[in-house]
Amino acid sequence: MVIAEAVQAEIRELMACYPEKRGALLPALHRVQQELGHIASETASELAALFEIRPIEVMEVVNFYNMFYSTPQPAHHVYVCTNLPCSLRGARDVLKGLAAHLGVDAEGNTEDGRIHLGHEECLGACAYAPMLRVDDRYHEDLDLEAAKRLMDELD
Amino acid sequence: MLEAPYVTSYLSEHFADEAFTTLEGYQRAGGYEAARRAIHEMSPADIIELVKDSGLQGRGGAGFVTGLKWSFMPTDDERPRYLVCNADESEPGSFKDRILLERGSHQMLEGILIAAFAVGAEKTFIYVRGEYAHPTRCLERAVAEARAHGFLGENVMGSGFAHDVVITRGAGAYICGEETGLLESLEGKKGQPRKKPPFPAEYGAFGMPSTVNNVETFSHVPHILRRGAEWFKSIGTEKSPGTTIFGVSGHVARPGLFELPLGTPLSEIVFEHAGGIPGGRKVKGVIPGGMSMPILPAGELDVPMANEFLRERKTMLGTGGVMVMDETTCMVRVACVITYFFRDESCGQCTQCREGTGWMDKIVRRIERGAGEPQDLDILLDVAAKMEGQTICAFSDAAAWPVQGLLRHFRDDFERHVREHKCPYPESFEL
Repeated sequence: MVIAEAVQAEIRELMACYPEKRGALLPALHRVQQELGHIASETASELAALFEIRPIEVMEVVNFYNMFYSTPQPAHHVYVCTNLPCSLRGARDVLKGLAAHLGVDAEGNTEDGRIHLGHEECLGACAYAPMLRVDDRYHEDLDLEAAKRLMDELD
Repeated sequence: MLEAPYVTSYLSEHFADEAFTTLEGYQRAGGYEAARRAIHEMSPADIIELVKDSGLQGRGGAGFVTGLKWSFMPTDDERPRYLVCNADESEPGSFKDRILLERGSHQMLEGILIAAFAVGAEKTFIYVRGEYAHPTRCLERAVAEARAHGFLGENVMGSGFAHDVVITRGAGAYICGEETGLLESLEGKKGQPRKKPPFPAEYGAFGMPSTVNNVETFSHVPHILRRGAEWFKSIGTEKSPGTTIFGVSGHVARPGLFELPLGTPLSEIVFEHAGGIPGGRKVKGVIPGGMSMPILPAGELDVPMANEFLRERKTMLGTGGVMVMDETTCMVRVACVITYFFRDESCGQCTQCREGTGWMDKIVRRIERGAGEPQDLDILLDVAAKMEGQTICAFSDAAAWPVQGLLRHFRDDFERHVREHKCPYPESFEL
């Protein structure tokens, strides 16, 4: 089994919160991804068995949502918001500057495979632009220098 | 944690006070008394009547009358019923629900309790956008406190009414803010909107009768119960009562949140509250209510921010996300940001939307590069017209409207790109 027994037990508890157990699929995917980093096809098959649905039904959910990954991921995801309010306040210069600083394309992984840099749509921080998200955390009111320092401090 | 709004009213009055995020602090400010009175002393029908009478309109974008929505729940139906809280705030330019969750979770939960009792719901599903990790933690803490105090559970406040709350995190799909897309996602599926009818009151979460309201909508409810419909109607305009929390971003001196009565002139929001345009530059255009709402040019900022007035200018209040652009801004680049977003977020179910958003994006990019043809402007309008009113949900309309708005007010920007074969705004933000 790829999904640990303890995590499976947590998923069964989540299922009990919903009138139909499939309601717990997104929460279960978040939980499993937190544990394993991504949802491989083998993981999807195990989840499908738990939820009594077909593996393809798990994979189509994984592929529909931006926050689920079907392939192995770097340790950190860095997303610069480039929607209009952020663009008006220099977000795209921050993204380009960070790409140069990390030696990656505007969307890509660092050579050591530790950091993924990309852009994201509005994160609900419009008055505090430019901003970026590192994994689960928002960093707001940035400029390029502050953003570079954040990258250098990532473990 | 977001900064408290610069201008506050009843919703955000205590947001600067850290203690307000705790159950004890919220109760010190009079919290949960409205719910206690509603559940112990009022009938569900009386509550619905009161909220209907207050004229409260949904604050999630569509502006539907909240009490009326509640009254659609069937009364002669034995099936379980649910309440759903739409906390999937993802409309670009909007960040008010975030502060209502971070600093006012108990206020929203009290509104949920009142609404749940009114529509007879046994459970509320709160669907929070996946990226809102911190607001989710704030909400989880509040729910745990409410449960520990017997404000949620088998016997709410000793009344015999049973209600509990389940928090579900989304996973990064704008379409899940559409109420039936949200319901699909809540059921563990792709967030593809449903055909309506049947509406959620008949066939909602897990196929059961459901009412879906936005975070801010619920947050107004305790205040209406506490102070009455007449008080609520004394704020705002005759047709649009109450306040809302405007989020102001872009080229202003003081971007932030401002809780103001509906009907406050857009110019007052931009120039007084948000401090106007920095650097002595002039304003060029303002998107009044989140990215889906058509832009207004500098000459039309006198408009009161309420739907009855905004509709006359062919736009809407939406989520109250005000995005301000100064005179250096290239409106074709603005169009590129908008069309890219909608192309990326279309769920792909309906042809008009899936193909239309892609074509609009290709054409505006071509114009921005200086490779546009004179007929491209009319092609854009033609595509937009064919996307409107043709699809399962309003996403396609929401993608068409801002492009139509930009061409209505800033056609000259597009024509200059075509004529000069380049972008005439060297100082504008770059793509």
